[in-house]
Amino acid sequence: MITNTTETLSEGTLNLQRGASPLTARWLQFMKTKPLGAFGATVLIVMVFVAASANVLAPFDPVEMHYSDTLRAPSAKYLLGTDNFGRDVLSRIIYGARISLYIGLGAVISGTLLATALGVFSGYFGGIVDLLIQRVVDAFMAIPGLVLLLAMMSVLEPGVMNLIYALAIRLAFANTRIVRSAVVSVRQNQYVESARAIGTQTWRILLFHIFPNVTAPIIVVATISLGGTIFAEASLSFLGFGIPPPTPTWGSMLSRTGISYMIIAPWTAIAPGLVLSVAIFCINMFGDALRDILDPRLRIRQGK
Amino acid sequence: MQRYIVTRVLLTIPTLLIAAFIIFAIMRLLPGDTLEARMTEYVNVNNKENLAALRKDLGLDKPFHEQFITYIGALARGDLGRSLNDGRPVTSYLAPRVPVTLELTVLAAFVSLMIAIPIGILSAIRQDSFLDYILRSAAIIGLSVPNFWLGVMAVLIPALVFGWLPPVEYTLPTENFGQHISQFLIPAFILGLFFSASLMRMTRSMMLEVLRQDYVRTAWAKGLRERVVVVRHATRNALIPVVTILGQEVAFLIGGSIVMEAIFGLPGIGLLLLDSISFRDYPLVQSIVVLMAFAIVIVNLLIDLSYAYLDPRIRYT
Repeated sequence: MITNTTETLSEGTLNLQRGASPLTARWLQFMKTKPLGAFGATVLIVMVFVAASANVLAPFDPVEMHYSDTLRAPSAKYLLGTDNFGRDVLSRIIYGARISLYIGLGAVISGTLLATALGVFSGYFGGIVDLLIQRVVDAFMAIPGLVLLLAMMSVLEPGVMNLIYALAIRLAFANTRIVRSAVVSVRQNQYVESARAIGTQTWRILLFHIFPNVTAPIIVVATISLGGTIFAEASLSFLGFGIPPPTPTWGSMLSRTGISYMIIAPWTAIAPGLVLSVAIFCINMFGDALRDILDPRLRIRQGK
Repeated sequence: MQRYIVTRVLLTIPTLLIAAFIIFAIMRLLPGDTLEARMTEYVNVNNKENLAALRKDLGLDKPFHEQFITYIGALARGDLGRSLNDGRPVTSYLAPRVPVTLELTVLAAFVSLMIAIPIGILSAIRQDSFLDYILRSAAIIGLSVPNFWLGVMAVLIPALVFGWLPPVEYTLPTENFGQHISQFLIPAFILGLFFSASLMRMTRSMMLEVLRQDYVRTAWAKGLRERVVVVRHATRNALIPVVTILGQEVAFLIGGSIVMEAIFGLPGIGLLLLDSISFRDYPLVQSIVVLMAFAIVIVNLLIDLSYAYLDPRIRYT
């Protein structure tokens, strides 16, 4: 009988032998080895579910103002109270999940695609192309993220798509370096050299040899970027340069213009901040766990 | 060593130019004419002539590359342009505000170093213990909680519990030094918290690496006490790479100071940036952002140079 040296492999086979499906086996294995990461992933799944079914879950319309019920403490009717316009805080938080995830995923996906393209070109071709792209990346990184976003949003009209573009651009330049270093290390492998030797076209090498082997760090960095993006969007909305009202976002619910109301009605400040913290915490935990899982596998794959 | 310094300094010049170019491009090229928006919002001018005259005055009718070269020339002379609000030179706006932001960021960096390094070292020498897990979880929580929420809570909780509100007026150091410092303490602490979380993790991983080295084993084998081994042998070498992430974090500190100044009402550059964006005073916005980028590039340069001084291996590669 073949003895498995790694604990995870034997765990997996054990579960398979018990008759569980491979997906369940993998998930249980994940939960055992990285409990915090699994917790983070679960919360994220719940968040996605909440965002998707917002119109079913939210008790009230998030922009509807109940004029007779402004600044009410949490009660049976308004589970998290109301804000200074009489809007239900819980509904605004539920819909806020939708906006945050929509913007976050939109920015992360487009930004990561751009970062991958830039990183692969920079890393594979080297030379002048690399030098140029790296100079531009350095210049971008010299401008603080929030400042760059503020500058962009000050010129662009406030809106969801513009916010996604701005966030994606910032994300792309920040992550290019990571993709580039992964590409550089993959490029040195024998199979790339062999492919070149038999005359494979460059695009084929990039698509079938380089790209599949850099997906691991890309996934990790994309997941962690999601946390940063949600944080950036919340910061922008907090300062008043993100999504314009009355659309509920967690950041704008903490808007600095409403601080005077928060003293009388602290629930309006505690809830959105708490949700933001939990969301970002879970994304970070999941990203960390993902990196721990994918990294060793990456190292084994690249072994010569 | 000298070659390293010279190449490093020379590399910053294209970075600075490209950064200025990017900011310039954002302000001029993105859709949405800032000048027209400003005109319609703040000056009741439907007059096309006035608009054209203002454009000419600001040099906006010239082609893009000409504008950029003029701007760089002006920057080199130290002329940052004039505010659209009242025509005062931008430098007169910046001068009283720079020290405020400087104090805030320096204090925040200092606070985070004081917190993170001891905790990181402690976490490393007691690896995988209960204390280690608590500290690591605390670090990740510190990375996740939004700093503006902490700032709002820091204003709210004293208000709710003690009935105390932060002072509205900013106190100069000359007036009342104690009060001057006290208004920086809370924002500096919150600002530094985020940085200290990532700094702590880095310190911990560096310490772990160093503690596995042979020279540390030798120190243990010699029978030295734990404190001597850690402090005199391990820490120094572990901290060198930590210096490099200080550079990245300066960018974050400057960005975060905007939020802290907004919440606590400190009249620094960050607050000026926010106000000038709201009023669409784009020469001011542009110059502030360029100034911030330059400051970050210079600080990174200094840090890289000091890294070469601290780690002799760099000089000889």
